[in-house]
Amino acid sequence: MISLQNVSIQQGKFRLDDISFLVPSGAYSVLMGKTGSGKTTILEAILGFRKIARGQITLVDKDVTKMNPAVRGIGYVPQDAALFSSMSVRSHLAFALQVRRCHKQVVNGRVNELAEMLGITYLLDRFPDKLSGGEKQRVAIGRAISFRPKILCLDEPLSALDEETHSQMCDLLKTVWKETGVTALHVTHHVSEASNLATQVLKIADGAIHTIGDE
Amino acid sequence: MKTRSDKEEKQLTISQPVISFSNSMFFLTLSILGASYVVLILAMLSADFAYMVRETGADQEFYSSESSTVVTERSNPIVESLSDPKVQYSIWLSMTSCTFSALLSLLVAVPMGYLMSRYRFPGHGLVDAILDIPIVLPPLVVGLSLLILFQFPPFAYFAREVVYQVPAVIVAQFSVACAFSVRTMKSTFDHINPRCEQVAISLGCSKAQAFGGVVLPEARRGILTAFTLAWARSLGEFGPLLIFAGATRMKTEVLSTTVFLEMNVGNLQGAVAVSLIMVFAAVIVLVLTRVFGQSEL
Repeated sequence: MISLQNVSIQQGKFRLDDISFLVPSGAYSVLMGKTGSGKTTILEAILGFRKIARGQITLVDKDVTKMNPAVRGIGYVPQDAALFSSMSVRSHLAFALQVRRCHKQVVNGRVNELAEMLGITYLLDRFPDKLSGGEKQRVAIGRAISFRPKILCLDEPLSALDEETHSQMCDLLKTVWKETGVTALHVTHHVSEASNLATQVLKIADGAIHTIGDE
Repeated sequence: MKTRSDKEEKQLTISQPVISFSNSMFFLTLSILGASYVVLILAMLSADFAYMVRETGADQEFYSSESSTVVTERSNPIVESLSDPKVQYSIWLSMTSCTFSALLSLLVAVPMGYLMSRYRFPGHGLVDAILDIPIVLPPLVVGLSLLILFQFPPFAYFAREVVYQVPAVIVAQFSVACAFSVRTMKSTFDHINPRCEQVAISLGCSKAQAFGGVVLPEARRGILTAFTLAWARSLGEFGPLLIFAGATRMKTEVLSTTVFLEMNVGNLQGAVAVSLIMVFAAVIVLVLTRVFGQSEL
């Protein structure tokens, strides 16, 4: 569950006031809105990268408003994948588990499981500069869910992909969501992503959030 | 019906602009202006080599009537310089002091460059301007300022061990070279996507873990460049050294000082020979950096 209650965010001259919404546990929520409407700002506030002026953010029944981003336990897939250029795909998938000092066997098992789920087993020893756009996003998704987070935040993850890859990635995201049972908040301005994936659609316009679709 | 005359027709026709000639002239002008500097660099180095070759030949002719073994040993000014214990000492001191000052520069430049690149703190602009001072300040003034600084506590307590001693060489080199390293590191961190760091933090890293595990490996080429730049800058440092460390042979003499001292006693051959040794050292460092910098990617 992701809950924002009367959240206000100030970012230079840009301001969002009294933002409130609720994403139920296990839902796939798509947050839509025009460029510059504050979609990414809201996502960054949930992740803890942007301080909020007022309000409360609750994740899985825990108030995380003042919590460090490192302990919020959110999987994060940024727009440009932001892969680590010095690490292989395998290291990306193992990174969060190694930070948590998991046993080598556990790490290897999880890496193989993720690689199989995402169809990137053949890419495990490659580096980011040898990956296509779709492959990069698969790795970014794998890295984000590697430590089994309860919440997954995706910031326009499919915006840079061609049409065919886009539809394959939509299917993949659906599979990942179903298999992991994660609560997802997906920021996009593509209507097709909302219609393909969403169980709930949130729309931001004129500084307010409207829940316009809820299955 | 009145038809248009040929003259009227010509006046009405809109001709295509002559682009291809204009483009050729544009690239020709850019190439000539740019190439003039490349030619100047290569001409300077070639002149040093040509001078050395000419002087080597002159020596051979002069000594050939005496003994053939003496000719080969004494004819080449570089070999002659290399066998001089004073030059050997200055090479040793140059290499070690440059390496020390470059490492010290990195030690400061990596955190400073990171802070300047990632955070906007009060006085950021002022600090940025202060960091440029050693770059724009005349080198002699840097040396003089260091000399004066060591007259005041707490620096004065170490003055006896530092001023006109070997540590002064490293401090003087570091004072200027570090500014170049900081600039390089700031620009390196500016080009690293801050999202990578955010992702690492979202995966459970502390700031230090994200910095050490993600940012530093991403910055490895910049670090190597900053090291090389600091090393090369230290090798060429002369003004601050002369004032702050002095030019005592077999003590605070580095290669640039040797060139100066050789010139002072009218030994142009020796000065050029030592200059060429510096050219070789700089080229080796540059090549090594390029090779390792690229092979890592």
